[in-house]
Order: sequence, then structure tokens, then C-alpha cells
Amino acid sequence: MSQKVLDALLAKHGGAVVHTESVHGDEVAWIARDHLLAVATWLRDEPTMAFDSPVFVTCIDRLDWRPVGLPPSAAWTEERPRFEVCYQLRSSTHRHRVRLKIAVTEKDPHLPSLTGLWSGFNWQERETFDMYGIRFEGHPDLRRIYLYEEFVGYPLRKDYPKDKRQPLVRRDDLPVNPIRKS
Amino acid sequence: MGVELSTTRLEDAAKWAKQSLLERGVNWGRKFSLFTYPFVTACCGMEFMSAAAPKYDLARFGAEFPRFSPRQSDLLMIVGTITEKQGPALKRVYDQMTEPKWVIAFGVCASTGGFYQNYHAMPGADQVIPVDVYIPGCPPRPEQVLDALILLQKRIAEGRGHSQLRDKREQLAVAASDE
Repeated sequence: MSQKVLDALLAKHGGAVVHTESVHGDEVAWIARDHLLAVATWLRDEPTMAFDSPVFVTCIDRLDWRPVGLPPSAAWTEERPRFEVCYQLRSSTHRHRVRLKIAVTEKDPHLPSLTGLWSGFNWQERETFDMYGIRFEGHPDLRRIYLYEEFVGYPLRKDYPKDKRQPLVRRDDLPVNPIRKS
Repeated sequence: MGVELSTTRLEDAAKWAKQSLLERGVNWGRKFSLFTYPFVTACCGMEFMSAAAPKYDLARFGAEFPRFSPRQSDLLMIVGTITEKQGPALKRVYDQMTEPKWVIAFGVCASTGGFYQNYHAMPGADQVIPVDVYIPGCPPRPEQVLDALILLQKRIAEGRGHSQLRDKREQLAVAASDE
């Protein structure tokens, strides 16, 4: 649908694009982390691209990722990046869209913030930071948006324990649950 | 001292008979003039509205006037999911209510956390404040709500609301220390 965006991107910023693919009608471009800001600025300011609408930003944790039909060795390892940060952009003038994916390692999960280009990404980058612990360099106000400041860890990471609670307040005369007791 | 969770029917009758005439009169009056504070956080709120509206009509049982200030109410209806972040606010609302007070957990989320068994949802509002009556259901039927209200009225008349029991315990403790 928007293959011409990928073609233009490859022609202009071939060095920054790691890989391109087309998934369910959406064109995806994997961008090297250091070139993200330049590529995004070009996508916004170039008249033939004119991406003016920030649709979403989120993150995918591939800790337990097992691709169908591929051997287990294709899954995430220490060397292969664990997180992929995903930006979806849309142009309301040209009616095309593109998805930018940036691979981020577990040890150093940071990438440049795009809030300076599209202010609509402000709270969504905060949410991604809140849930996955991805640090967006250059974000004006990077702190938790949903959870409380006392919360430790990042709950949507796949290695966060499912039944772990971090209560702010509890009763001091809590009755003992007879089912749990036995 | 733990909260008294369940008693038999005979024990209830004995307790009711043990109350003085004045206590019986006061508790009879209390059970028909409940002032509700709806702590509505989620979708159960729609069900609460229908239960309170003329079709099912909570007002028939004397709980007709929802107050939107905790200082003017004595029945806290926790309607919907309580998150961990909301715990301090819920406790504060409860602390501000007038004594004696009663609490109803409306729906599974307020009772046990429901299907939100994860990092943000509190496993039941009774982790923070005492609860008198739990209403299961997602959402509960209006008949269940009316049933719970009647059950609560029975407890109020018997002097078995959690704050009434707490008062009694404190009186007993004071009496024991005086002797």
C-alpha cells in the first residue's frame, strides 16, 4: 500500500535502514538507532512524505518469542536485541503510512525521543517508559504516567512476575484467608 | 483481634436479644436511613445506577439518597475495580465517613479483584478497609444488590456491622481496664 514510502526511504537513507518488510498491509522499516532522529525529521519535513500524524508508539518484549516454523535458535538471545520499539506514522495529505521499528538491547534500552518532532508522542513515550523501561533520550518529562512513583520495575516486561503486587497501603488487621491458610 | 466473619442464626438471635431496648431502637432506625456514598470506579457503576433508579428502586429500603461527600454518608458502596494506586484515596474516603459506617463491595472486582489478577489491581477492597457485605457477579444482578442491602440491614439491626462491633470491642476494653 505504501511501498513507495519504503522505496523513497531506501533511496534517501539507505544506510540507516537495516531491513524492510510488509506485514498485513503495513510497511515496516527497521531503522538503526543512531539514525532514527535524522530519518524521522526527513519523513516529517519532506513534502512528498509529509507524515503529520503520530499514530502510536509502543514496545515489544521478545523474551519468550518463538517464531512459528523457525528453529528455537531463531529466538531472542543475549546478542540479539530483546526489545523492539515501534513507531506508527501516518500522512493525512498523501494518505500513506509507515511503521518504524528500532531494535533496543536489554543492557542499554535507550533511543532518541521523537517528542520534539511530533508532540503527540509525549505521553505515549512516557507510557512505554512506564511499562517497559525504555529510556527516550531528549524527552522533556520522562517519568511514570500510569503507575505511582514508588513502583519498582516495569510490569509489561515478560519477566515481571505475574502475581507480584506492590501495595501502597494495607490494613493492619487484615483477616487471614482460610483458603490460603490451608 | 480479628473481625468476626460469621455466626450462626442462633447466635445472631441471642445477640439481638442481648441488646438493650435503646440499642434495638437505635439500630432499627439506622437500618432504614442509610446514606450511600457511591465510590464508582468502573463499569459496575452503570449497574449501580439501574439498581438505584426507579425500576429496581433501592429507595424502597431506605437507602435512597446518594451523598457525594463522605462526611454526609454512612454506607460506602465500592462499585468497580480498585487499583493499588487508588488504595490511599479509598482509605481516606473511608476514614472521613461518619461513625457508625458500613461498607458494601459491589461486584467481583471490588470483592476479590475479579479477573484482574495482575500488577495494578488490588485483590479485593478489603485489603485496605473492612467490608461488611460482598456482592459477587460481573456485574451483579439488581436483585443481588437488593439482597445484599437487606442482608446489611439485618446485620445493622443485630449490631453486627464492622464499626458497631469495633465500638463494642473498644467499650469492652475500656470496661476491662477500669476494673
